[in-house]
Amino acid sequence: MVPEIGHFALVVALVFSFALMCLPLLGAQVNNQMLMATGRSLSAGFFVFVTVSFACLVYAFVADDFSVSYVAGHSNTLLPVYYKVSAVWGGHEGSLLLWVMMLAGWTLAIALLSGALPRDLQARVLAVMGFISVGFLLFILLTSNPFDRLLPMAPQEGGDLNPLLQDIGLILHPPILYMGYVGFSATFAFAIAALLTGRLDSAWARWCRPWANLAWGFLTVGIALGSWWAYYELGWGGWWFWDPVENASFLPWLVGTALIHSLAVTEKRGAFKSWTLLLAIFTFSLCLLGTFLVRSGVLTSVHAFANDPERGVFILMFLLVVVGGSLTLYALRAPVVKNHPGFSWLSRETLLLGNNILLMVIMATVLVGTLYPLIADALGWGKVSVGPPYFNMFFIPLMGVLCLLMALGPSSNWKKTNPMQLVKVLWRPWVISMVIGLLFPIFYAEGYSWLAALSVFVGSWIFTSLAADMLHRMRNAKNWREGLRKLSLSYHGMIVAHAGIGVTLIGVCLNSIYADLRDVGMHPGVAVQAGNYEFTMDSVYTVQGPNYIAEEALVVVTKDGEFLREMRPQKRRYLAGGKVMTQVALAPGLLRDLYLAMGEPLDDEGAWAMRVHLKPFVRWIWLGALMMAIGAAMAVADKRYRKRKTSKAQGPSSGTNQA
Amino acid sequence: MHPVRRQRLFFILFIVFFSSVAVGLMAFALRDNINLFYPPSMIVAGEVPLDRRIRAGGCVRPGSVSRDRETLETTFLLTDGIVDFRVHYTGILPDLFAEGEAAVVNGELRADGGFYATQVLAKHDEKYMPPEVAETMAAVSDGHDESCEVVQYGS
Repeated sequence: MVPEIGHFALVVALVFSFALMCLPLLGAQVNNQMLMATGRSLSAGFFVFVTVSFACLVYAFVADDFSVSYVAGHSNTLLPVYYKVSAVWGGHEGSLLLWVMMLAGWTLAIALLSGALPRDLQARVLAVMGFISVGFLLFILLTSNPFDRLLPMAPQEGGDLNPLLQDIGLILHPPILYMGYVGFSATFAFAIAALLTGRLDSAWARWCRPWANLAWGFLTVGIALGSWWAYYELGWGGWWFWDPVENASFLPWLVGTALIHSLAVTEKRGAFKSWTLLLAIFTFSLCLLGTFLVRSGVLTSVHAFANDPERGVFILMFLLVVVGGSLTLYALRAPVVKNHPGFSWLSRETLLLGNNILLMVIMATVLVGTLYPLIADALGWGKVSVGPPYFNMFFIPLMGVLCLLMALGPSSNWKKTNPMQLVKVLWRPWVISMVIGLLFPIFYAEGYSWLAALSVFVGSWIFTSLAADMLHRMRNAKNWREGLRKLSLSYHGMIVAHAGIGVTLIGVCLNSIYADLRDVGMHPGVAVQAGNYEFTMDSVYTVQGPNYIAEEALVVVTKDGEFLREMRPQKRRYLAGGKVMTQVALAPGLLRDLYLAMGEPLDDEGAWAMRVHLKPFVRWIWLGALMMAIGAAMAVADKRYRKRKTSKAQGPSSGTNQA
Repeated sequence: MHPVRRQRLFFILFIVFFSSVAVGLMAFALRDNINLFYPPSMIVAGEVPLDRRIRAGGCVRPGSVSRDRETLETTFLLTDGIVDFRVHYTGILPDLFAEGEAAVVNGELRADGGFYATQVLAKHDEKYMPPEVAETMAAVSDGHDESCEVVQYGS
């Protein structure tokens, strides 16, 4: 009964979202206040019914209703209850429902928080959200209904959730990633609404910016969580594989990063208007493309889970409608949106334009590398895959240039910057980071690494230039506390997020350069040396988990001859499906991680093949991502976005100091 | 020329120049870094370039997996049910690698006829079959069969 209610609620939600797509838009076209006002209540109705539907699916999982085919395929009575709940989005159907749930949440949030928006703009934004909802709800109801029954032969026991997904990382990763994806549907809706109304001023950019920053922050955390999950859960010893599924989430991040910077120019200077619109359209299109790539199974991916190509066709059609429709609208209406203010060759506008171009080029290289296998297959050039060297070849140098330039942005002025001013503020950071970079490899490890020197230099250049810029801005303050308070919250957010890029950059580079990765045969009592650490396997024994049996190795770690800790990696066999999975043992640390993963038994005397990895600075990768997200959140919280009524006369007067 | 127009012209030239450089570099990089997939029949027939990074796949022939205790050097046979070739790999195999199951390998074919893999990929999910392997198996069995389960391993 409950699944039927869920199914029915989903159909009602479709009706609501269809009405949401049509009525407010119609109202805005004919200037009917009542029709425009329906947007808010329709959003609420849409949200309520999707929530009911989602709750029904959660109930079906918790109550072990295996007559529902999706539950039977992704759950099991032995599963702990928190994994039963997270199993709701462990498969295709449920993760789509989660997507729609998020979409409903964002739609409602826009409806509630956009009271200060002109009526017709708000109505159109909500209508575009309704359009996206219709697309996804139709997709769920027509091709992937999570409430389909297995009747009359309902199984007694479920097929179990993929053990890889039975993990805290997977409880968190999809919802947060989807918050990011779906969040960019909000900026997309704002962009389409701006094209429809033909009104695109700095007030528009100011409404749009918090949503873009928020979505970007979620996406950042989502990607970082995915990478963290791959790191400790897959047991392959890596944290990024340039896998199509990873790229799918990274593409919108790259364009989204360009978008939040371009929006800054649009808000502060009224320039880059049509470019901003285009970026908003691109970002959301890439979110849809990501969903298509992940869900359709057209790509051979090390991540690929069971898929159904016919579903891919639906998303592809939807993608074509969204991209085609919005680009057509853009072509027709963008000329209306006038650009006027000019700027000199050295100005913050130019630097942000450079940022945008670099990010777009990086995105293009990643996109080509991701789609090339598809294109080659379609054109009959054979089945190919594109390896990580291709991605690294572009990504690393381009990102390096981007990071070098990044330091100049905050210290430069809008419109025109005197080169001498930049030199005056930034020569000290340049020298200091040069020294730090050159000295670091000498003290850190034997054997001088120029690459390490370069990456530490770029990282410190980011930190020191940010610090110098802050000091420069506070030069007239009486004391540093007052100076800090005078800087706006969004400026602090920018500092934190940019520093986060530096932290991630150092983590990525030093991890790749200094990692000590070895796959060895470990025999009981025989020590294996890695760096300063010695790993001795004591014994291997069997342990019983709630829904698995594991072989666990007890490994004693010593550093420079002194006992450090014990580590216990596991090889688990799950009872429900008989799947085997590696459970990594980690000794995390700010400067290095120790990483142990069991391979397979080598003989009857307890010897095992084992991954023994030393991973310096690996935590910095995710720490940096977290800082970026915190920075984004700080920018969202800036009080100038919370002014209820913002008249155009006030304009962008809230200070030239803000990024 | 009007200064705004001139500025715009410079930007356009700048973008055109850099994007064409980028496209050129991309094409160049792709040529060196794409791994073409070959089925076992082509590898055995010698229709495959030697000492170049390629991809291959098939079903792991049961009983063919052997592993060195110290060096972790593993060898196994990949088959399409008719012909097979030997794969050499040093390191730890993925969890779902198993005899009689599909696997995809990245590496180089050497003159001795052995495939020296740098990476072994096994399916990630029970229901999942690497598309390339599925196609290979379908071609061999005239489209009847796309899985490793029904392969006659014979002898």
